[in-house]
Amino acid sequence: MATDVTSVPVEETAGPGAGARSGYVRYVGGKLGGAVVSLLAVLVTGFFLFRLIPGDPVKTMTGGRPISAAQLAEYRREFGLDLPLWQQFTDYCGKALTGDLGTSYQFRAPVIDKIGEALPNTLLLTGTAFVLYTALGMFLGTRSAWRNGSLSDRLNTGLALTLYSVPSFWLGLLLIIVFSVGVGPVPGLFPTGGMETGGKEGLAYVLDVAHHLVLPVVTLVAVEYGQTLLVTRSALLDEMGSDYLTTARAKGLRDDQVRRRHAVPNALLPTVTLVFVNLGRTVAGVILVETVFSWPGLGGLFYQALSVPDLPLVQGLFLFFAAAVIVMNTLADLVYPLLDPRVGR
Amino acid sequence: MSTQDRNGTEHSRPRRPRPRHLHRLVAGAAGALALTAALATPLDPAPQQAEAKAQESDKVLTVAVAQSVDSLSPFLASRLVSTSIGRLMYDYLTNYDPKDNHTIPGLATKWTSSPDQLTWTYTIRSDSKWSDGQQATAEDAAWTFNTMMTDPGAATANGSFVANFAKVTAPSPTRLVVKLKKPQATMTALDVPIVPKHIWEKAGDLSKFNNDKTFPIVGNGPFVLTGYKADSYVRLKANKSFWRGAPKFDEIVFRYYKDQDAAVAALRKGEVSFVAGSPSLTPAQAASLKGEQNIKVNDAPGRRFYALATNPGAQAKNGQHFGDGDPSLLNEDVRHALFMAVDRETLIDKVFQGHAAEGEGYLPPRFSTYFWKPSASQELSYDPAKAAQLLDRAGYKKNGDGKRVGKDGKPITYRLLCHATDPNDKAVGQYLKEWWAELGIGVTLDCLDNVTDPWLAGKYDLAFDGWSVNPDPDFVLSIHTCGALPATPKDIGATDNFVCDKTYDALYARQLAEYDPAKRADLVKQMESRLYDLGYMNVMAYPNAVEAYRTDQIKSIETMPSAAGNIYGQDGYWSWWSAVPAASGGSSSGGLSGGAIAGIVVGGLVVVGAVVLFALRRRATAEDRE
Repeated sequence: MATDVTSVPVEETAGPGAGARSGYVRYVGGKLGGAVVSLLAVLVTGFFLFRLIPGDPVKTMTGGRPISAAQLAEYRREFGLDLPLWQQFTDYCGKALTGDLGTSYQFRAPVIDKIGEALPNTLLLTGTAFVLYTALGMFLGTRSAWRNGSLSDRLNTGLALTLYSVPSFWLGLLLIIVFSVGVGPVPGLFPTGGMETGGKEGLAYVLDVAHHLVLPVVTLVAVEYGQTLLVTRSALLDEMGSDYLTTARAKGLRDDQVRRRHAVPNALLPTVTLVFVNLGRTVAGVILVETVFSWPGLGGLFYQALSVPDLPLVQGLFLFFAAAVIVMNTLADLVYPLLDPRVGR
Repeated sequence: MSTQDRNGTEHSRPRRPRPRHLHRLVAGAAGALALTAALATPLDPAPQQAEAKAQESDKVLTVAVAQSVDSLSPFLASRLVSTSIGRLMYDYLTNYDPKDNHTIPGLATKWTSSPDQLTWTYTIRSDSKWSDGQQATAEDAAWTFNTMMTDPGAATANGSFVANFAKVTAPSPTRLVVKLKKPQATMTALDVPIVPKHIWEKAGDLSKFNNDKTFPIVGNGPFVLTGYKADSYVRLKANKSFWRGAPKFDEIVFRYYKDQDAAVAALRKGEVSFVAGSPSLTPAQAASLKGEQNIKVNDAPGRRFYALATNPGAQAKNGQHFGDGDPSLLNEDVRHALFMAVDRETLIDKVFQGHAAEGEGYLPPRFSTYFWKPSASQELSYDPAKAAQLLDRAGYKKNGDGKRVGKDGKPITYRLLCHATDPNDKAVGQYLKEWWAELGIGVTLDCLDNVTDPWLAGKYDLAFDGWSVNPDPDFVLSIHTCGALPATPKDIGATDNFVCDKTYDALYARQLAEYDPAKRADLVKQMESRLYDLGYMNVMAYPNAVEAYRTDQIKSIETMPSAAGNIYGQDGYWSWWSAVPAASGGSSSGGLSGGAIAGIVVGGLVVVGAVVLFALRRRATAEDRE
């Protein structure tokens, strides 16, 4: 009671809505604080996790090559592996906070440069696919739910489930055989792999990249849209029986108005979560699709880094991927209260 | 929105244009396109601006590769793809004749050694120019070697070639003098690219300079590197003034295919001219390409051997033993017995499906000068009965369960280290399990992604082993000398399998100091014989190099050796330098052909049409309902 009594004047002084605002500020502060803590945890985990990989990275890197003890010691010194673990850790944290992720063992180049080289390629592929599979999944998911049980719903859901279960590399190879090499009357329209032919500039370059982009994007969209479709459909189905929809219909609103203006916005939250999670994943690349289509992105780089193992590159990419997911999840958390005012109160 | 709903104003408001969905879709598509364009345009890299535009008439040879370039600096590059590109960019002092691998002139036209065998003098040719017009001289070679001798960063890739060098000088532009600490027969097999001093002395820290930013890269090889984008492509233009003669193709492009099946598809389509696989096409891929129109499969004797390595008791130079190899393998009879229970013919037929030759001596038969095979009395031919006798003789008899028991009374089970990524290892491992089980010996297959760590730690009993052999076999011979052992168990040696045998070492030292080729070859064969008798390295097969190219793009191409050899990864630039374009020219650019553009336009129109139809249909439905 005492709390209630003291809270009343505050409410009155600050005016209506101030409590909600301070609640939102607290909410935002909590989420941002959580994100910072998560990032720090990733920083620490990344360092120690990859040191659990058995073996000596310098030995692995130089295994099979004639190398003198002096050269070996020089490698260890160059990569800071001769220092005590705690010192390696403090160096790593200090540098990571300033954006220096170290030097790749195998490529002799700053990790940040290697990420910078591959990131735009990955974003181009996964970003384009993301826009398309999210739009397609939401669109078809909404329609499926609205016509629940109809033939089109069953076809849509069945196809989505099937494609969602298909291994992406298998589908990719199939598309290469059919649409790159050409089968029967189907001509080989698209390149078999890579991101560009090389030696092209300006519009020709943009068209060339777009041409190379088609099949990997189609593969990704085909495999990924099902998830968005199913989540959207399921969320919307939960809303379908609600009274407010009956009310809306009773007011004489058209069916698609009821769907678009009433049902979909209220069913959007799970889909938004998924969209942001997927958005976070877009920077991580897609190892299998990047491999099948020889796309020079981060997924392939991560695979190469792990196979050495190239510790600075592995750590740098791990940190980068984790940071992207954390940032996107935090953004999702910040967007929720805008979509549903009950969140964050 | 909610206010409107509550007030019920929706009906009174002018009706919004119905095709809002269409607008959204169009906006979405435009957004995606804008995203594509926005992201794509900045990718247009500066190096590409520097690249000369490929002319339509240019003959382009496109090679599918899978391995990433580790560095384009010859001082750092160690991967096959990078060193192969280095071969095209820079000349070496000497080269190997593609016919039979004997040494022939490169940047040096001739060479002599002093009577004490410690001073080598090379005459540098005067008709080799760097691609920026400057003369290539002995001073460039001296600078290259001296830098490797004094700068640890520059010794990263090829430091072992200069480890025995005492001094290198260039008394004149055409004279290079190398003084050695002790005689070295490999002085005509120095696989070191010579770089232009006037460019490289400005490079800065050579341990970090990757030579991949400013194009074209100045070189004096048959091709000049004009463009590179990591994991996308490497482009090289023909050096029309190359002293040996200009290449026949105008351009060579190494294009990345990380998936071998996709690379084979690209060859089938004509997008690439050549596919080698890594290291070979699989039997299934080769079979699918055989008989295909305009494709030739080159199934050539390879330069690799595929062996069974036995842990000889890992040890360091300081005499310390380490690792945990099974002690029974220290018995020569046991090692011989294991190998005599290996049916190599079956392995060639079933695992390699005919794309390999049966293993005999250490060095593959394609290196005819050094090829050795055991005499009939010496040969450990397939004979399981005799193998069982050898094990009985060694004191490893079967117990009541039919298992051979060790000195500790426990049944013997060997750990066999295999590469998880190599299907041959796994398949051969299954056969060995079966065959050795009949002898009463158990096998555990340890298939790992990273075999290096247990290997270097000596924590294995047996391992699948294999090396590519150079025309000069010094390196693969050196890895079994006592000198290659690690200094202490904590260090890394240059050893392959911890073999250390005084007789072998004495022969190794003699061959390295022997300048007479015939006598040296004889000593090398004696070493192979000794290695065979020791039984620590048993060669099971020589896998073929299986590769394929399009005959409608490449009219002819030099293999190495000429009679029956490989194309990719040769010791020299012969394949790409000699390749003659077919009348129809090089590979298709892989860019937008007329058909492809038409396809995209038609596809786009279909999508837009479908969207419009859909929107119209929806409008009609909604209005009908109203």
